[in-house]
Amino acid sequence: MSEISRFAEISDGVKDAAPVLVAVAPFSAVFGAVAIEQGLSFQEMLLACLTIYAVASQYVMVELLGQGVPAWSVVLSVFAINFRHVLYSAAIGRSMGNFSGPQKALAFFFLVDPQYAASEARAARSGLRPTYYFAYAATVYVTWIVTSSLGALFGSLIENVERYGVDFILPLYFTGLVVGFHKRPSFLPVLVVSGVVSLAVYFTIGTPWHITLGGLAGLVVAAVLSRPESDELGQLEQKNA
Amino acid sequence: MHNTVALILACACVTYLTRIGGHVILSRFGEIHHRAKAALSAVPTAILTALVAPSIFTNGSAEALAILVAGLVALRASLMMSVAAGLATVVVLRALLA
Repeated sequence: MSEISRFAEISDGVKDAAPVLVAVAPFSAVFGAVAIEQGLSFQEMLLACLTIYAVASQYVMVELLGQGVPAWSVVLSVFAINFRHVLYSAAIGRSMGNFSGPQKALAFFFLVDPQYAASEARAARSGLRPTYYFAYAATVYVTWIVTSSLGALFGSLIENVERYGVDFILPLYFTGLVVGFHKRPSFLPVLVVSGVVSLAVYFTIGTPWHITLGGLAGLVVAAVLSRPESDELGQLEQKNA
Repeated sequence: MHNTVALILACACVTYLTRIGGHVILSRFGEIHHRAKAALSAVPTAILTALVAPSIFTNGSAEALAILVAGLVALRASLMMSVAAGLATVVVLRALLA
């Protein structure tokens, strides 16, 4: 890859991550603060952020730790909350033709929700290359570590972020991304079924199962509506390769 | 102390397993069925919709309208514009409705 296109890949990765940073920062800062409050040491908080890198499940882990729940059930809860990543991994792995084995192994460590969504969008637009992927990952990861540390150190200073709508950036960001996929086959049926099932599960079984079950329902719809002669996917793959 | 560290590392391991697992399992199969391909292609729409859906109904009308605005803007404009429009909606409506 030439120096110029490498630079473009890096700058695109950082640029695409920018709106996410504003959303990630309060979550991670609050996590840092909560972790300390629940009795974790600063080093343990930092270790969790460095090695797990999945904020929702970390909240649950810290919460359960505080309640003195057995270790195996804490680990199981974290696994359940993060289970949706299995689908991300299967889906985005197909666009990682340009990645070496070790690059893939490392890339999957960074596969958080926005990383997945941005990578899918990138793969559909211009193909997914490691430089872009890791530039995006580094931007979000470093922000995440820095802001959670700041939250742990200055937790008591965090004021209500609702006034600026910061707490609502992630849902908006994901909405924008979903709409960006509106040209994919069966977009509308998948959208409707996933949304309805997610809501039904959310209000009955409860979170986080609405994500996995709502998502799976949408996948079933896509599979059922799929036709062998529609070659759109094949073309999409060629474009990504 | 040591127990906590071990627990954190165990959580990190299962999280990594979920992130690499789907790809590892899928790459065991050579040519995959067109229905499986269609399902995988629908993953972003399906999962992200499932992720967002409750936030339309569990917040106020300001948040629900902001999601609608962000979605409509994303049909025509960039992602950044869509988030900005949704954010502006939520901030203004929260101030008005408060």
